[in-house]
Amino acid sequence: MDLNLTWFLLLGVLLAGYAILDGFDLGVGMLHLLARGDDQRRTFIETIGPIWDGNEVWLVTFGGALFAAFPEAYATIFSGFYFVFMLVLLALIARAVALEFRSKTESAAWRQAWDVVFCLASTLATLLFGVGVGNAMVGVPLNERGIYIGGFFDLLNPYSLLVGLLALTMFLMHGSLYLHLKTTGELHARVGRWLGRTYAMFVVAYVLVSGATLWFIPRATAFFQAYPAAWLVVALNVLAVVGIPYALRRGWSGRAFVASCLTVCAFVLLLGLALYPNLVTSSPAAENSLTIYNAASSQKTLWIMLVIALLGMPFVIGYTSIIYWVFRGRVAVGEGAYH
Amino acid sequence: MDVVLLSRCQFALTVMFHYLFPPLTIGLGLVLVFLEYRWLRTNDPIYHTATKFWTKIFGINFALGVASGIVMEFQFGTNWAVYSRFVGDVFGSALAAEGIFAFFLESGFLAVLLYGWDRVSRGFHFFATLMVALGSIFSSVWIVVANSWQQTPAGSHLVEHTINGHAFLRAEIVDFWALVFNPSTVHRLVHVWFAAFTLGAMFAMSISAWYLLRGRHIEFAKRSFTGSLLLATLASLAQLGSGHFNAEMVAEHQPAKLAAFEGHFRTGESGTPLYLLGWPDEQTREVKAGVAVPGALSLLVHKDFRTPVTGLDRLQDSYGSPPVWLSFQTYHLMIGLGMLFIASTLWACWSWWRGTLFQQRWLLWYFVFGVSLAFVANEVGWAAAEVGRQPWIVYPTAGPDGAVSGGLQTVEAVSEVVTSGQVLGSIIMFGFIYLLLFILWVYLLNRAIQRGPDVEDAAALGPEIDSLRGVVEAQTELRGAFKAD
Repeated sequence: MDLNLTWFLLLGVLLAGYAILDGFDLGVGMLHLLARGDDQRRTFIETIGPIWDGNEVWLVTFGGALFAAFPEAYATIFSGFYFVFMLVLLALIARAVALEFRSKTESAAWRQAWDVVFCLASTLATLLFGVGVGNAMVGVPLNERGIYIGGFFDLLNPYSLLVGLLALTMFLMHGSLYLHLKTTGELHARVGRWLGRTYAMFVVAYVLVSGATLWFIPRATAFFQAYPAAWLVVALNVLAVVGIPYALRRGWSGRAFVASCLTVCAFVLLLGLALYPNLVTSSPAAENSLTIYNAASSQKTLWIMLVIALLGMPFVIGYTSIIYWVFRGRVAVGEGAYH
Repeated sequence: MDVVLLSRCQFALTVMFHYLFPPLTIGLGLVLVFLEYRWLRTNDPIYHTATKFWTKIFGINFALGVASGIVMEFQFGTNWAVYSRFVGDVFGSALAAEGIFAFFLESGFLAVLLYGWDRVSRGFHFFATLMVALGSIFSSVWIVVANSWQQTPAGSHLVEHTINGHAFLRAEIVDFWALVFNPSTVHRLVHVWFAAFTLGAMFAMSISAWYLLRGRHIEFAKRSFTGSLLLATLASLAQLGSGHFNAEMVAEHQPAKLAAFEGHFRTGESGTPLYLLGWPDEQTREVKAGVAVPGALSLLVHKDFRTPVTGLDRLQDSYGSPPVWLSFQTYHLMIGLGMLFIASTLWACWSWWRGTLFQQRWLLWYFVFGVSLAFVANEVGWAAAEVGRQPWIVYPTAGPDGAVSGGLQTVEAVSEVVTSGQVLGSIIMFGFIYLLLFILWVYLLNRAIQRGPDVEDAAALGPEIDSLRGVVEAQTELRGAFKAD
């Protein structure tokens, strides 16, 4: 395995980490307006309050690693999709501000306003991420220098919008499973009643996207023909999806959440398999694609970065686990709540 | 308007807004570590109250720093794609190190710092505070390394990179440690730290001085004020030395930047004066209404009064012309404010020693507003460093014969496909969001300050509760002993 492939995999790890972690707090954000009354809403925010910031760091690190390891892909994607990234920034800033500042005053109007902002911003961010992944699958028009030559509306093609819908339903399901794990009493029972619905919506979107991918994106399945072992990922995906209701029916909300994490993880793996060796697929002119080889930094940089990552990651995983352990358990507003 | 100018305006707007927060977090981080350490050692509940109060203030600033920081990372790619392609290989290692060593550390332990009071032991909480402070310092290390490489590139060379048969030049790493310790890194890092310590300390002094003037939380305010005063005095005095080393470094490695800082248009035959004030006119190439010390710049650069310092007239062919007026004024404003901080903190220390510090209401009022000057000093210092580097985004390096090579000009660095309409749109968006955030920031800080430290805080009674617990335990033991009898 060469350094370029290693960094492709590490980017996958960072993306999966981000999608699993921020996925549930984006989901909580989308569900936020369904919570009744200030106590329930504060509980929702309390479940993610101490950790959303750390979750978002995975995105920041993913962006930094993309810049560092594959600067050509970073430059093309970020400048080509200028308007999309401005919207992402708008959504992320609005979310951060809403989360941090909603509970700082008693005024009901102030809180209601930030609640709406929190929900809309979470929905917008999720939709944009989904549409982005959709476009990565379809491919975008690049010139021979590897620069994006399409416009904003090229990005809003039906397939990508469908993947946007998948992202929305997946994070809704992921977020409701997380809430189910972290709440108690009446709220816990209410969240429990949402699980069936969010799961059903997700399955519909899942089936639609799978069908559309097989139908419209022939290169996505090329890898599977070359390496049949890749079907294991598909099997993992299906097992994880089926595992969610299986675990829920037995009352194992923890295992259901783990199955949901595995589902998200399997999607990132599938994305990686469908893209490889491309980072930005060019369509129609496939020969203009930016790959993990022509878009990469020098071997020396990739090597130094790997050393840094290997030195630092054990610590990151260690203390992140300790911090999650510190904030384990269910949340009920009233005891030591800061939000 | 052209897309380069607009992109520069947007970068200036977003980075100047962002830079309100990081130096404050670095400075306040140090204050938090000190206060919580004192609490651990002395058990004095006032330190606990103080730590909790400054933690709340810290949290507000940190959230805004993160929100405005993501913008910076995205913006390299969105607006400066050519630059990103050029520097990606060199920045790679620094960015990886920042992500791994700084971001995760800060944001992870911040959760414990803000929400972990009731969940972890005092020792672990202190450890978390230490890690957050360390994380913010690590973060500054790597971002200053990257920026310093742009100012004085080292440890890298230009290489032709080919994509689908199209070749272009980019910088690639040769020697990691030479890159990290390029000629300006250490000087600039130290300068940034002292500026951050001064700001953090003056921020705490501002709030404390206000309490003292209002006659509220007197004991708390006195301790916060004097502790921070000490830090501000030391940091602003040390900044004088650091500033001197930086000027020497700039004179050696970025002569055109130094000439712009000093409004030094013509080399001349004799010693070069040092302007204390003035109004550089870029049309006539002279400094109007200048107040100057004759020969002083020669003395600083060459250690004698007579040897002329090379002016812009001899440098602009190879280095181009940086905007002189803006470089001059931002640089001089930074130095002027630095001197003011030294004078005012020394005066305050002197009064403190004589026991009259808290009677001088004018001085306390000065420190209430002094923090805004510290913000200005931090901002204009960076403005001078970045404007003085123009017209280069990555500075060229001079060979032994004085000829310059390499580097990347700012006009060539913007994204190939982004239009001025798009950038104008995003400037308006950021302008609107940042105005809102700014109002919110001031409002929340004001609210936290008006509310003041929590004296009724249950945890502030910690030691009393501990001693009560001791009494109960002793009684239980006694009862046990009686029963045994």
